[in-house]
Amino acid sequence: MRVFEGFKFSKLQTPIHTMDPRAKFAMIMVVFVISLLFTNVLILIIILLAQIPLIWLGRSIRRWGGSMKGGLFLAGLIFFMNLLTGSTFTYSLAMTIRFLALLSSFSIFFMTTSPDDLGLALEQAHVPYSLCFTFTTAVRLVPTMAVDAQTVIDAQRSRGLELDRGNLLKRIRNYIPILIPLIVSAIRRSIELAEALESRAFGLTSKRQPLIVLRMRKSDYFVTLVSVLLLCLAVWASLYAQLPSIEIPFELPRLW
Amino acid sequence: MITVENVRYVYPNGNEVLHGVNLHLDDGDFVAIMGENGAGKTTLVKTFNGLLKPTDGRVLIDDVETRRSSVAALARSVGLVFQNPDHQLFCETVGDEVAYSLRNFGYPLDVIERRVRGILETLDLMPYIDSSPFMLSGGERKRVALASVLVWNPKHIVLDEPTIGQDYQQKDRLRNFIVQLNTQRKTVVVVTHDVEFVAECRPRVVLLSRGKIIADGKAEEILSDSTLTERASLLRPQISLLFSSVTGLPHDVIDVFSAKAVINNAIGGRK
Amino acid sequence: MAIIDIRNLSFSYAGATGPSLSNINLEVEKGEFVVVTGPSGCGKTTLCRCLNGLVPNFYTGELTGEISVCGLDIRRQPTSVLSRHVGLVFQNPENQLFSLTVERDIAFGPENLGLTREETKERVEWALKATGIEDLKDRAPYELSGGQQQRAALASVLAMKPEVMVLDEPTSFLDPRSSLEILGVVAKLNKELGMTVVLVEHRLDLATRHSDRIVVLDKGVVALDGPPRNVYGKQAHLIGIGVPKVTLLFHLLKQDGVKIGKIPVTVEEAEEELRRILAD
Repeated sequence: MRVFEGFKFSKLQTPIHTMDPRAKFAMIMVVFVISLLFTNVLILIIILLAQIPLIWLGRSIRRWGGSMKGGLFLAGLIFFMNLLTGSTFTYSLAMTIRFLALLSSFSIFFMTTSPDDLGLALEQAHVPYSLCFTFTTAVRLVPTMAVDAQTVIDAQRSRGLELDRGNLLKRIRNYIPILIPLIVSAIRRSIELAEALESRAFGLTSKRQPLIVLRMRKSDYFVTLVSVLLLCLAVWASLYAQLPSIEIPFELPRLW
Repeated sequence: MITVENVRYVYPNGNEVLHGVNLHLDDGDFVAIMGENGAGKTTLVKTFNGLLKPTDGRVLIDDVETRRSSVAALARSVGLVFQNPDHQLFCETVGDEVAYSLRNFGYPLDVIERRVRGILETLDLMPYIDSSPFMLSGGERKRVALASVLVWNPKHIVLDEPTIGQDYQQKDRLRNFIVQLNTQRKTVVVVTHDVEFVAECRPRVVLLSRGKIIADGKAEEILSDSTLTERASLLRPQISLLFSSVTGLPHDVIDVFSAKAVINNAIGGRK
Repeated sequence: MAIIDIRNLSFSYAGATGPSLSNINLEVEKGEFVVVTGPSGCGKTTLCRCLNGLVPNFYTGELTGEISVCGLDIRRQPTSVLSRHVGLVFQNPENQLFSLTVERDIAFGPENLGLTREETKERVEWALKATGIEDLKDRAPYELSGGQQQRAALASVLAMKPEVMVLDEPTSFLDPRSSLEILGVVAKLNKELGMTVVLVEHRLDLATRHSDRIVVLDKGVVALDGPPRNVYGKQAHLIGIGVPKVTLLFHLLKQDGVKIGKIPVTVEEAEEELRRILAD
């Protein structure tokens, strides 16, 4: 559950929050691409650490920490999979760091961008309105579903359901009394929402003029420019520069 | 017995919802916990079966501290019926749904069979024993949820907003049923803001506002008090408003039948 | 012509074993405030859905009879067109509001109508003012109390500038004080803007004061239709609607042989009548 906290939007007034989502997206995409360009563990660590000031500016360190902790399981999986398929320790570490860097960048994006603004950005990019709306509604429903899930868990525990007992098979089966009401609840909510939308002429015309319009400010253009420059620098560096690297001489004892 | 000693509850997000609540319920008590939305009523009753453990203070169910017990163990004596039955229904038949808790508690099959039939009879749900709970109407689903908790015969029963979405006849039936439960010496706690419903049953009323108990006593006294009802975002029962506007009438009448008796007396006395 | 004209309307949901509405005849004049009530399952919600076209467009089934709202035949117009004339506010405020600010939720309807930014802005401000929630403009709907949310839902429907406002048990999830407030807002819209109101309610103790016409549905048919005083009688009680307690009291007194002038339907009327009885 904790890992989801790292993707949940919370309304705050920070420079990252007020950044135009398109500029933010450009920035995140650049981080994404740069992470993929390098397999050098030192560079990847820098890329991960470089995001921390951004997270700090967005006042989301604690929740980011939660998502990092939540991602540790997958990170560990990636590390060991790489190691077991013959990669070096350093390379495996690099891949793990890359995963965490990617996770971080998406985490920052979703924590600081409201679903509404995301929808607006998509709409202004001429994505069909119904698709934009579907996307933002799905994002918006996540916290609501989380509350519903907790209520269902409470209701079933009050009838004697014990989630932390039993063997693995039993524990998985114990989630059925939670999943089914949750799904039914989600369906009911969707139907009620659909009724409300229909009743407010959803889909009447495709020529919508949204009340609120996203406008890129000078700072947004600046951020986009800097991101693009960094991208160019990174591409050049990956191709031509001699980068410092380290090799950790650690070997798994041969098991076979 | 349910004892709440100086309970403070703070949610993980930092929201302090209960600020030092003290409450004592004896076996067989009938209590209505009332207050505005967000006052902490549901939070309070969730401490009764251990779903929430107090941040400070303690809750004792029959002298056992809830912190020292699991929800499953506490649930055996405290049956909590949630507001929305759709948050719990998941079985293919009503019979299975009602039997679920008994299976969790490890009852033998023949006992389960007997008890399920028994409670379905009592709540007029036998015709639906093999029906899918999802196909029933809203009122019927609420009864199934009630049955699924009563089936294990808990000593204390808590109903969270049982009157929402119910029509007059359904509420009447519910009221009678609660009285029945009470005669069986079960403690009944009803969380509600339905003032007229409470006026007709006249239980003990505990008024919660912003995480504190601001009144604890007879329904007749509390629901007739304008200051208290306003603080808890409630309205006074119509009968109470009527009586307080006419001089010479008692100020603690809140239900129709008592009102009728008082008025008949007042008129008859004059003849 | 009546703004709502329903003749011999029957409707069965697809796959249902019986009709939800049977031969409904109902006429509502412009500017009326009609309260519709009845026991669970009587067809109140289905009737609401018929008024803005959710039946038969969203909820398919067999529809017979005539129904015209604001001169439009609901069978021939899609809900998106009908929603310009008939607004529908639902029970659960949570599932009607989905934006991050109240302002954007209110703007949603006008935006869907294809209005210009200026027109939308105007409507949003007007709706905020009419429902008394200007100070909630920038708040997130999920932060608001139930009563505030329902007012925001009302505002978002109001922004469509409908001629008829239908509300399906809007006070279900609200505490008593918020219920009183929201019905007060609806009554104000009726009085000051001449908006026709069809209010489905169980809480007759709160709704009666605003209306002079109560329609009682029972098992899909119109059982009673008239002024509250005429409707709140023995039959209503047998059908099982929540007749206001003061009305019930005076019916009982009358049964006991007490001489009652006019059976009261509100607390104010009851106060008058009670003083009279006691003075005699």
